[in-house]
Amino acid sequence: MGMTMTQKILAAHSGLDTVSAGQLILAELDLVLGNDITSPVAIKEFAKLGTDGVFDRDKVTMVMDHFVPNKDIKAAEQCRMCRGFCAEHGITHFYDVGQMGIEHALLPEKGLVTAGDCVIGADSHTCTYGALGAFSTGVGSTDMACGMATGKAWFRVPPAIRFVLAGKPRRYVSGKDIILHIIGMIGVDGALYSSMEFTGDGLKHLSVSDRLCIANMAIEAGAKNGIFEVDDITLEYLRLHGAATPKIYSADPDASYEKTYTIDISAIEPTVAFPHLPENAKVFGEFGDIPIDQVVIGSCTNGRLEDLAAAAEILKNRKCAKNVRVIVIPATQRIYLEALERGYIRTFIEAGAVVSTPTCGPCLGGYMGVLAEGERAVSTTNRNFVGRMGHPTSEVYLASPAVAAASAVTGRLTSPWELEKEAAK
Amino acid sequence: MKYRGNAIKYGDNVDTDVIIPARYLNTSDHRELAAHCMEDLDSSFVGRVKEGDIMVAGANFGCGSSREHAPIAIKASGISMVIAGSFARIFYRNAINIGLAIVECPEAAAGISEGDEVEADMDSGIIRDLTTGKEYRTQPFPEFIQKIIENGGLMQSVTNGIIK
Repeated sequence: MGMTMTQKILAAHSGLDTVSAGQLILAELDLVLGNDITSPVAIKEFAKLGTDGVFDRDKVTMVMDHFVPNKDIKAAEQCRMCRGFCAEHGITHFYDVGQMGIEHALLPEKGLVTAGDCVIGADSHTCTYGALGAFSTGVGSTDMACGMATGKAWFRVPPAIRFVLAGKPRRYVSGKDIILHIIGMIGVDGALYSSMEFTGDGLKHLSVSDRLCIANMAIEAGAKNGIFEVDDITLEYLRLHGAATPKIYSADPDASYEKTYTIDISAIEPTVAFPHLPENAKVFGEFGDIPIDQVVIGSCTNGRLEDLAAAAEILKNRKCAKNVRVIVIPATQRIYLEALERGYIRTFIEAGAVVSTPTCGPCLGGYMGVLAEGERAVSTTNRNFVGRMGHPTSEVYLASPAVAAASAVTGRLTSPWELEKEAAK
Repeated sequence: MKYRGNAIKYGDNVDTDVIIPARYLNTSDHRELAAHCMEDLDSSFVGRVKEGDIMVAGANFGCGSSREHAPIAIKASGISMVIAGSFARIFYRNAINIGLAIVECPEAAAGISEGDEVEADMDSGIIRDLTTGKEYRTQPFPEFIQKIIENGGLMQSVTNGIIK
């Protein structure tokens, strides 16, 4: 029996010729990641081991991104704990305020992940790096601690679902619309315990940004990981970002998939996930007027330069609607600087939006845009659970940067297609 | 290992944001986390949970964030085990790693009602609803996972040389 992309990477990292779905393995790790929320718990667990140090100081990374710049005293203490640990253990890739970015935007940008890698991170969206042809999955803090000490993690080899993407997306349709469409189709547990493997001719029309966004939300379908077939677009990205030499693992022709979906991405429309689950995907025309109070453009899902470009294109020479707070968060310092140089930041500020230093803050209701009772937000983030961005009665509508920007202009959930039609009149 | 307690029941897709809202993630203190457990879904939980109670829920329990604070909050609140139709995978790992007993059994999850007295035997995989007299069978954990649990969690397994 042939192996999937994921199974091949796991076999290679556990010293086995072949593995099959359901098998328990102990895999060697290329990178272990934590943030300022999950690392403190891991550091406490790590201390219980009484080991001398981490398995490899170049292969452990901590990114202070959730509650920084610190939102309160407790958050400051958590960051101090991480800072101290990284100094004590000589961690090479420790990213604090000034160098940090949102972890899943930062690591690919820094070239810390390459194709064929096996990565764990104490953050559920660690599955993002599958966009680069790596096996990458979210774990808890204890797994992170164990990984830091031993450089290993146990896995049950996952079965896989294959997504064959065909066609070219229409204008204003991005990776976000594609993944919301897919989650709407298969549900929030549609890929539970499984890999989501993306392949097909349509890939050539998807930038690395689109792919990172799609892989990022694999967890919202319950998947263990999402992974893209490596092509020239991947290789060019890895080369430009100074990543280590890629190892390409292609699925065998006789690899076993639990299911194969062929998706014509040229038929996908701007898509919105309604509260309170990412599977509540709807397209415009299926709902009436939904007035909004806030727009957030950013996060590990959609805070990349391309995302800001899409929003800036729509907000250029337009104003945000009265009574709508628009918060734009470039995901890394480098993205922030490039957005500044390209004039996007000026566009946002002139439109009436605020621009923040990189942070995960509002996505998880931490700070920098917490919602009041009953308020509604259109957000380019990844979760719209009850209370996710603030009060338990507040509502989050997940969408692409283009939909978020169009909604910022009108003050209600709006398709960028509608705005374009209006402008053409 | 056997667990016995009264059922506290929830539906499908109980996510980690309602188990422990992110606004409380500026601490990893177990008691503080337990004080806010389930707050956004069921504000009465903390007041009524008793030591040893068993949480029973539907499909995809623990979906969302990787925060280990979620199983920690449940365990620290007094819940002895969670029975669900299915678990989100990161929660599943985290629960095993911190020593919170969990078992996947869609039939039990559907059949047990709020307040029922439940007994679960993790070695045999038999769950009994003592209130209704119904019995449910499920797969016991694979040996590899049992070893981790027998050793008191993942860290102890490493210390004891189970994982080298």
